Amino acid sequence: MSGDRAGGAEVRGEVAVLGAGMHPWGKWGRGFVEYGRAAARAALADAGLEWTDVDSVVGADTVRSGYPGYVAGATFARALGWQGARVTSVYAACASGAQAIGAARAQILAGLADVVLVVGADAAPKGFFAPAGGERPDDPDWLRFRILGAVNPAYFALYARRRMALYGDSGEDFAQVKVKNAAAGALNPNARYRKAVTAEEVAASAVVADPLRLLDICATSDGGAALVLSSMEFARARGAADPVRIRAVSTVTPTYPRTVLDLPDIATDSAVAVAPAAGSFRSSIARAAYEEAGLGPGDLSLAEVYDLSTALELDWYEDIGLCGEGEAVKLLREGATALGGRVPVNPSGGLSSFGEAVPAQAIAQVCELTWQLRGTAGARQVPGARAGITANQGLFGHGSAVVAVR
Amino acid sequence: MERTRTPVVQGWFTEADAEGGFRLLGTRCSACTAVFFPREDAHCRNPHCPGGGELAEVPLSPRGRVWSYTDGRYRPPAPYVSDPAVPWDPYTLVAVELEAEGMVVLGQGAPGVTVADLAVGMEVEVVGGVLHEDATTTWLTWQFKPVGGVA
Repeated sequence: MSGDRAGGAEVRGEVAVLGAGMHPWGKWGRGFVEYGRAAARAALADAGLEWTDVDSVVGADTVRSGYPGYVAGATFARALGWQGARVTSVYAACASGAQAIGAARAQILAGLADVVLVVGADAAPKGFFAPAGGERPDDPDWLRFRILGAVNPAYFALYARRRMALYGDSGEDFAQVKVKNAAAGALNPNARYRKAVTAEEVAASAVVADPLRLLDICATSDGGAALVLSSMEFARARGAADPVRIRAVSTVTPTYPRTVLDLPDIATDSAVAVAPAAGSFRSSIARAAYEEAGLGPGDLSLAEVYDLSTALELDWYEDIGLCGEGEAVKLLREGATALGGRVPVNPSGGLSSFGEAVPAQAIAQVCELTWQLRGTAGARQVPGARAGITANQGLFGHGSAVVAVR
Repeated sequence: MERTRTPVVQGWFTEADAEGGFRLLGTRCSACTAVFFPREDAHCRNPHCPGGGELAEVPLSPRGRVWSYTDGRYRPPAPYVSDPAVPWDPYTLVAVELEAEGMVVLGQGAPGVTVADLAVGMEVEVVGGVLHEDATTTWLTWQFKPVGGVA
């Protein structure tokens, strides 16, 4: 009887996660295809399936590796060996991986495919992300660099300073997020940074964009992540009676007017013609996922959120409903979001321990949910994990949240 | 040789000595009153706009309040222009809330304005300034500075 599990009985619209796999994050100096292929092979092995069993492959694109990156689905299919599968490639900035999962799920639920392989991988340059080359004065991402020199951490810093002014958060509070995530990342063999960090080390690191320091900000990394998804019928026929299930994939757009200065914008929308909706874009991403999944923040065993900065992880606590607005530091200081706490956030170690490999990252978040919900996360296992959410936000109005249960 | 003074983007702000002072320029939809900065000339982006309006140029408020602020301690990548032979001089970024327009606009701080001079909620004004100069051109931009100057 499955109804007594927190994930609850199987509901309409679910797909099974049969396999999860990653290529470890790092600076390996090789191409993204290699990382993606390795992750795909690992996910297929985890699922006990052959590549030739896959009906459809969905690739999350990278914009940093030329044409092969723009057609990532086909690039990975070619690297694995053409076998005739349906192919899809998607790009949605930081939400690319989640949109790939969303596309795979739609194909499965529409009956177009039984088994879908989802892959994302990136080979990131050192230092700040920069816009695509050329003179493009109609591209906000080009303009914010040309006119303002506004790198990504500058935006994270604006949000961090805003928290300090509104809620009284401090640099010491932000450092505790790093301490927490580094402790979890130290237990994760796929993480790039696997050692404990102290608050003193954060405080001693250089200021990049006041008030944020180097150790408050996530690095850019190489890495790859993959999932094998299937219909519930296929999973059962394969003898997987109780697989991890994806119950919601939220990929909503913002509503006009946006009142928070989001990357890569130089200004927000104007609120003179239309009153802004209650709550932030980020909170609307999570809300849509909860509604689709039929559960709420109180049902969560864990969450994987996009900690592009330490302070941004605190924003997410509020946006995914773990606490009220301005209460994130209290939750952090209580230890609720650490391993061993009531609802661990980023038990994988988060972006803090991985560094961002853009198209792989939202898939990696779901890999972590999968291992946690299976109870195979080793030293970082959240005991009895039964439901989890992932959340992220990217450039140009993209964001995503995935709910998985078991 | 005198350098040509050229806005880094055309049509986003007035000349420094414009009548009424330096102002950012946006557009306003005549059908729904929505304001856009950077200027939107092709279409109104308000999904509830009844349509049929025109987008007319409108100067934005000369003053606003600091929404947030930061600085750039490391050299940004191109297309930001800086001389790699010269030690990096951090600049300040200020996000300013314009009450009448109901929006937040990002800009660099005027020369000499550091994060130590700013606080969330502080009143600031927009001024014309120089982004950078090359052999032939002085590139102009907008900047923010505290009303009443820097302490």
